[in-house]
This record gives sequence, structure tokens and C-alpha cells, in this order.
Amino acid sequence: MRLILGLVVAFAVAAVVGLGATWWTLAEGTAFGALRVGAWTAWPRTGTIGIDPYARAGIARTGQLPVGIGDGVAFLARTDEKRRLFDGRCDVDIRGITPAARFWTLTLYDPEGRLVPNSVNRHGFTSEEILRNTDGSFEIRVGPRARAGNWLPTGGIEHYVLMLRLYDTPVGVTTRSGRETPMPSVTTEHCP
Amino acid sequence: MMRWLLWPLGGLLLGGIVHFSTVLWLPRTATQDAYSRLEKIAPLNSVVPLPAPSPENSLLPFMDPAFAVAVCRYDLADGPLKFSMNVSQSYTSVSFYTRRDLAYYAINDRAAGRRVIQLDLMTQQQHLAMPQEEDVTAADRLIVESPSVTGLIVLKALAAEPGLMPKAQEALKTARCQTQAPPAAGRKS
Repeated sequence: MRLILGLVVAFAVAAVVGLGATWWTLAEGTAFGALRVGAWTAWPRTGTIGIDPYARAGIARTGQLPVGIGDGVAFLARTDEKRRLFDGRCDVDIRGITPAARFWTLTLYDPEGRLVPNSVNRHGFTSEEILRNTDGSFEIRVGPRARAGNWLPTGGIEHYVLMLRLYDTPVGVTTRSGRETPMPSVTTEHCP
Repeated sequence: MMRWLLWPLGGLLLGGIVHFSTVLWLPRTATQDAYSRLEKIAPLNSVVPLPAPSPENSLLPFMDPAFAVAVCRYDLADGPLKFSMNVSQSYTSVSFYTRRDLAYYAINDRAAGRRVIQLDLMTQQQHLAMPQEEDVTAADRLIVESPSVTGLIVLKALAAEPGLMPKAQEALKTARCQTQAPPAAGRKS
């Protein structure tokens, strides 16, 4: 009797701990090889054959194709710099410059990676179409209401994520966060 | 009392094993991974343009809407594959993925250095079986080794602004991916 009870306890603990840990690591993403700059995180190694098993499982689950390292690097932001989740009803400012790259694109998705419907059919910017200041820096306003300048509409959805992809860039697996990677700042300006 | 603590402790250890094995096993069971999703629309060894992602419809999550994209789902069982594509006026890239969606190689227009990206895709065995002399004379021919027999080639052309999208799509139409006749076996050098 004691043996059976013991086994039940052991297996219950194993199932909860094992499956819980798997679910949690896939939902949160892992820190292996992550390149963090401010609000942005990239996993350059996921674009190589040396991808870690956690990232591999994540890719298989979501069905996305990672950006190959000979192609570019993708930076993801789920929160602003104060670790506050992006809220589609707030105004968020993205300001600054990007690391060296021939092109970059910034795209807004819902947390599942779908584009977000909006009145002007705009889902992002490329480095070519953005309006810049005289010093080459730029400012993008992400929010539900139309704004002057570079306005990226959120469609008012509850949560969204931003992806900044650098194409043909020296940023790669060996890059450390620092002077080489000047990512734009991300700040929430105003919330209703 | 101590005896009773051993059970949950054993469970904790077993939980660790469960965790690692599910993480490693998950990619093999996924039915909604990129390759499986593309299987439905992409026939083997030919280039198929992907519909542009929209809020209502997107074949894969996190597609970059600034790009025209086409795929070639390949199978090297019948021999190596010849791939060629004219680069567009803007940024163009070709990425290679295994059957399990691992990116093992990618090249862009500037790295290719020419107006045409041209390469031969083969498995390691096929590469080894190639007559040596051919390997040398083809010094300017790019050979890519695929770690798996099947996989994906993803072609992307950037439309730097929405108006340039038709041009980017046009560039992808020049792409070819075809099996070539296997090299004549046993040819003497």
C-alpha cells in the first residue's frame, strides 16, 4: 500500500514538473544565445544548424521559419523598456537608429504572429520608406490613432509584438550587445 | 519520515527526464510546422509563390509582409537539384531549411556577387559521389550540401515600398529548381 502511494506521488510530481517545465520554457522562450538590447531580443543561433533544442521545439510548435543567419537577424520586442507588455490602446514611441544593415523592416504582429487589421492597411515599415531626421535617426509612433510622421497602427488590439529584422547585416552569432548594436529605444508615452 | 521524502525527490528527477525528452521529441510530432503547412500547396521540386500574408490569412506565422516569397520543396532522392534565380533590383535572398525547418544555409544577392544566384544542391553522399574533375572545373559553381534528403528553399525579394511589390514578385518568377540527371556513375577521370 505504501509502495503504491509512493509511486503515485512520484509519478504525479514527475508529470507536473516535467510537462510544466516544457510548457513554460516554450511559452517564455529560453535565454540560450539570446542577444538582448533594451526591449529587443534576438536569437541569432536559431538561424543556424547549431540551434538549441528548446528553440527547435518552439519553431516546430509555432510553424515559423527562422531567418537564416546568411540572410539576416530578427529582433523581437514584447514589452517596452520598463518591461510593460505592449498594449494596443497606448501610444508607444520607437526612437533612435539600428545596427548596420543593408535593409531593415519593422513589423507589428499579434502575439500569435498574425498581422493586425487596421484602417490604412499598414503593418510595418521598411528602412527605405521611413521618414528620418537630418541626423539619420528616426521616430516611429505606434498607437491606435492616426499621427503625423511614421505612424504604425495597432488596430486597438490588447497585446501585440514588434519584430525588427535586419537584412544583410554583420550582426550575428558572435555579436555582443554594445556599440555594434544600437537598437532604437521603446517607451510608452501615453495610456488611456 | 526520511523515507517519505524520497518519493517526491525521485519524482523530481523523473520530471527532469520527462522535461528533456518531451523537448527533444516535440519537433518529431509537430504537424503544424512550416514544412507540413507548405506541403499542402507546394509540389515537389518546383518554385511556388506564397500568397502575401494578410490579417485574415497567413500561411506561416511571423511572415515579413515587405517581401515577396516563393518556396521550392525539394527531394534529393532522385539526384542533385539545380537552382537558379535572377536577383531583383532590391534585396534578394535564398535560404535553405531541412525537413525539420532548421536553417542550414542562406545567401543574398550581394554575397552571390552576380545578377544570377546559381547553385547545386545535393546530399553529402551525392557530393562525395561526384567525379573529382568535375568538382575542380566547376570552381565557380556553388555547391550546397543538404543535411536532409527533403527540405525547403525559401526565396525572398524585398519590396522596399508597397508599390514595388509586383517587381519583386516578377523577380521570383525567374527562379528554377529542378532535379538534374545524376552524374554518370563510374566515369573515369
